[in-house]
Formats: sequence, structure tokens, C-alpha cells
Amino acid sequence: MKKSTTLTGKAIVIKDSQGTGIDDIDTDMIFHNKHLHITDINEMGQYAFGNLEGWKEFSSLVTENSILIVGKNFGAGSSRQQAVDCFKALEVMLIIGESFGAIYKRNAINSGMPLLTAPEIMKTAIETGDLLKIDLTTGKISSETKKLQFSNITPLSQVQLDIYYAGNLFEYGKSLE
Amino acid sequence: MGYTVIEKIIADHSSEEVAPEKIVWLNIDVRSARDFGGANVVKNLEKNYPGESHVADPTKTFFTFDCVVPANNLGYAENQQVARVFARKNLPRNNLYDVNAGIGSHIMIEKGIAVPNSTVVGTDSHLNILGAIGAFGQGMGDQDIAFTFKTGKTWFEVPYTMRVTIDGTPAKNSSAKDVTLGVLEKLGSKGALGKSVEFYGATIDALDLAGRITLASQVTEMGGIIGLITPNSSIIEYCKERSGRDFPIHKADDDVDYVEDIHYDFEGIEPRIALPPNPANVRPVAEVTGIKVDSVVIASCTNGRYEDFAIAAKILKGKKVHQDVMMKVVPATQEVYGQLLQNGLVDLFYQSGAIISNPGCASCASGQIGMTGDGEVQVTTGNRNFTGKQGKGDTYLASPATAAACALAGEIVVPEL
Ligand code: SF4
Repeated sequence: MKKSTTLTGKAIVIKDSQGTGIDDIDTDMIFHNKHLHITDINEMGQYAFGNLEGWKEFSSLVTENSILIVGKNFGAGSSRQQAVDCFKALEVMLIIGESFGAIYKRNAINSGMPLLTAPEIMKTAIETGDLLKIDLTTGKISSETKKLQFSNITPLSQVQLDIYYAGNLFEYGKSLE
Repeated sequence: MGYTVIEKIIADHSSEEVAPEKIVWLNIDVRSARDFGGANVVKNLEKNYPGESHVADPTKTFFTFDCVVPANNLGYAENQQVARVFARKNLPRNNLYDVNAGIGSHIMIEKGIAVPNSTVVGTDSHLNILGAIGAFGQGMGDQDIAFTFKTGKTWFEVPYTMRVTIDGTPAKNSSAKDVTLGVLEKLGSKGALGKSVEFYGATIDALDLAGRITLASQVTEMGGIIGLITPNSSIIEYCKERSGRDFPIHKADDDVDYVEDIHYDFEGIEPRIALPPNPANVRPVAEVTGIKVDSVVIASCTNGRYEDFAIAAKILKGKKVHQDVMMKVVPATQEVYGQLLQNGLVDLFYQSGAIISNPGCASCASGQIGMTGDGEVQVTTGNRNFTGKQGKGDTYLASPATAAACALAGEIVVPEL
């Protein structure tokens, strides 16, 4: 069965205590290097954002079908795959960000985590808890809570969709046989 | 609107429409792994595709061992053996360049494996050095490379392109490295962040293959994806002869809209040196003379070609290096090593008191030869001087001429040529 490209979930918007989006969240804030020895994905969720001021309890806020909304240059820094996998472990379904670190983007795509680039998303009225509906192929986001629609969002490319459908990069490789 | 060089190369290797920020599937002509990361590539393949064939096209798949050759620690010995066994089993025997061969990216140019307009990926973060011959080269992680072994393709986000035009004749004692450090000084470590760079201008046109390699090798330190230099007739000739093949040469369209368009006048540029702790921390050598030097390394993918050693030899001829200096000479490849032997340079370096090693990455990656101790001052022709990268000492980056002159003086001096 083909995975759905229309996702519905609850927003978690990563802002600071003043209500401003946090830019340049690096991989050490997402998944601190003191936990790098962990290789079992099931153990990673509890440490997500464990080093980000104000968000250390993140793992307890995540409900099923959470949509993570982040600022600019998200995932800058090291190439650690755990910084993506910790969100997969919590079943975060999608990350929408104003921009991403280049290696983070590669890692996310390779692991089948959909990732949308939305340059102005932090300036919109979307708040934590809003119910969002997202079409990955058009990039259209609508807020069921606020009756709003947002465009100007880059939809997933063919590559991202291919890997997303397959599950991850290696599964996609198998599907080519 | 016209297309840039990288856009044309990508378009030649993809069935999708090419534009900046677009992520496309890219067909890869050459897939490679080195001793760093190579064993993990094998492990990823075995874990994810048990019992299946692991290599889409063995003739296009290569291993090159260059980081620590021959292995001088158990970890590297183990990893090389894992990769070696895999290569012997799955690839044509000639596609394994073992510990005697030298730096992988240089071998690809010398052996005609990489040619202009080809696409090459590997586990070497400086594989974009292939921009020197107008090829697309890119370093990637071991999962990504395992996938290219298996499928022959990878995905790639088309970068924006900036144009850097350099004119002027450098000072007599300056070379491609000083031009390169000059660009780093002006652009800084993020100046080309995430972008493809096209180099033009009289200064670039005058560079030979070795000089182009030097410049292209440091685009990584400018933050760039790749630095492309359109091949001139002598580069085209060389690549044709080495590969026995023909290839298209792409030029950027006239109406390209570059994200940045920069011009530098390097007329009379004096020798440059990058101070620790980062490659963009560049000054004229003349401003930092007198610092005592403990070791000198002439080597690496940036300055390990015959032309680089010939310049150093001019300075060292008939002289002895300072008695407090350890001087290390490491050719980039076996072919360069042969040239040094045939032209009497091994003898010349021996007479001057240098340590001469078999080809490889020297002190650059994990210490084939030449790590530094606490407080040690090292002048190297390499490309990175981050804290701790080559040991606890302080590393300075300079040209072969400057490095050789420092070896004689035992302190940082401006070379005379
Ligand atoms: S010399 Fe250094 S930068 Fe060049 S290929 Fe070897 S390890 Fe990489």
C-alpha cells in the first residue's frame, strides 16, 4: 500500500520563551553528543531536544502524529543520524522548517523523514496544538484550527517521495531490483 | 535564463529538470570508497542487502586506500582488509588501488577514471577537487556511498552558482597555493557556503593541472560544494590521453544569472600563510616571519604533485634543512613518486635531510606520517589546520616554496625564487 501524501497532525512550534522562532538549532541541541553511543532507535526519543533551552521535556509533549515546525538552519553541525532518528522514534510525522543544514537534510531524506522547506513559516499564525493538514506533493498547508491556508512552501521532490514511499534510502535501493 | 556549468553536468546525468534548490536523481559515473569509510560502506551493503549483489556496475566502482597507508594502527588495518576482501571479490582487480597507490582523487585524474563532465562520488570530503578538470566530484557519508554502489545513482540538491574572476600575475615567489589562500582570505570560511563556484580570469587561465588541483582542493574550506574550472586545451589533451575517451566540455551560458559575481585583482600578490586554527585565517607571510618551526610537510591532495616538489627542490638544492626541523616529503601518488625518483628529486631531498615517504595523505587525515605534539609548530602545504586535526601542535598552511624556505631557516620566512 502506498503511503499517504496527505498528512494530518498537531503542530509543535519550536519558539523561545519570548515567542520567537529559534534559528540555528544544531545537532548537539537536538541530540547531545553525550548520548551518541546509543544505536537503538527505540532509546533515542527521550533525548530529543535534551539540550535545547525550554524544550528539554519535548519527548513528553509529543503525541502521535506530531508535526514539528522549526526556524532557520535547523540541524546545523555534525552529521549524526541520531538527530533525525530521535524524532522518528517519537513518531514525529513531518518536519517543516524555514531552512535546514545540508547534511541534516541528506540524513532526513535518506531515513524517509519528510521535510518541507517553508521560508516564512515562523511568521504565520500557526501555534503549538493547531491541527494541520499538509499535502506533501503540493506543499499546501491548511490549519483546520484557524481556517487558514499557507502556500509558498516547496513540495517534496520526486526523490523525497520515492524514498518516503519506500521507507528509507536502502529500501528504495531494494525496490529498484 | 542560461545554465551554469554544474547545471549542465547535472542535466547530462539526470532525467529531471535542473534548477537551483531542486533535488534530482543523479547518475553516477564513478562510485568510490577509501580506507576511511570504506569498511562501513561494505558493512552497510551487507546489512541492508544480505544475499544480494552489492554492486550495480563493478567496472564503475572503486576502492582507493590513502588516509593511513600502509595501516599504522589496528583499526585501519582491519578496515582496509574488510574493504580489500570485498573489492577482490566484487570488482575488477584493477579497481582496487591498495596502500601503495596514493591519494584516490589524484589517481582518478591520472588514470583517466574521472574526465571532464563526469560524475564521481566517494567517502573523501575533498573529492570536489575534480572540479580542477571540470568534473563533478562529491564526498558523501558511508550510507550514501553504499547506496551508489548498489544503484549507480544518488540524489543531489542543485546548488546555486557564484562566479569568481581573478586577474593579475602573482609575485615571482607566489604560486597557485598563494592565490588559493588569497581567495580564502577574501571569501572567508563561509564565503561559498552551499554554492558551486566557477573560476575565471587570466590568473586561473595560467594555472597548470597541479595549480588547478590546488585551487579546487580548497573550495571545501570556503564552504563550497565544488569549484569548477573549465578545462583549457592542455587539460583536455591530458584527460583524453589518460582516459582514451572523448567527453563533452560544458561552458556556462552567456546569460547566466550568478547569485554572486566577484572579481579579484591579484596582480603581484605576495606569498600567503594560513595561521591556526582555521584555513581562512590568512596573512601575508611577511607579517608573521620569525615564528620558530619544528616540522615541515610538503604533501597532500592540495600540493602533492610533481610541480609542487619541483618548486621546493629549487629552494632546497644543495642546502640542508635546519637541524631543529623535521622535514617530511610525501608524493600524492605512485606516479609522482616515480617522477621524483627519475628526475633526481628523491636524491636531492635526501641530501637536504628530508624524510621521504611512500604516497598517501601524509599528516592530513589520521596520520600516515607526521602528527604533531603539544607546542609543535608545523608548516604544511596541506589544506586544513583546525585545532587537533594533526595533533596538539599549531599548524600553518603555506605553499611548497614557503614550506621549503621555512625548513631551511627553522622559522617562518618569505621564500625567495
Ligand atoms: S590529503 Fe587530506 S584532504 Fe586530501 S584527500 Fe587526503 S585526507 Fe583528504
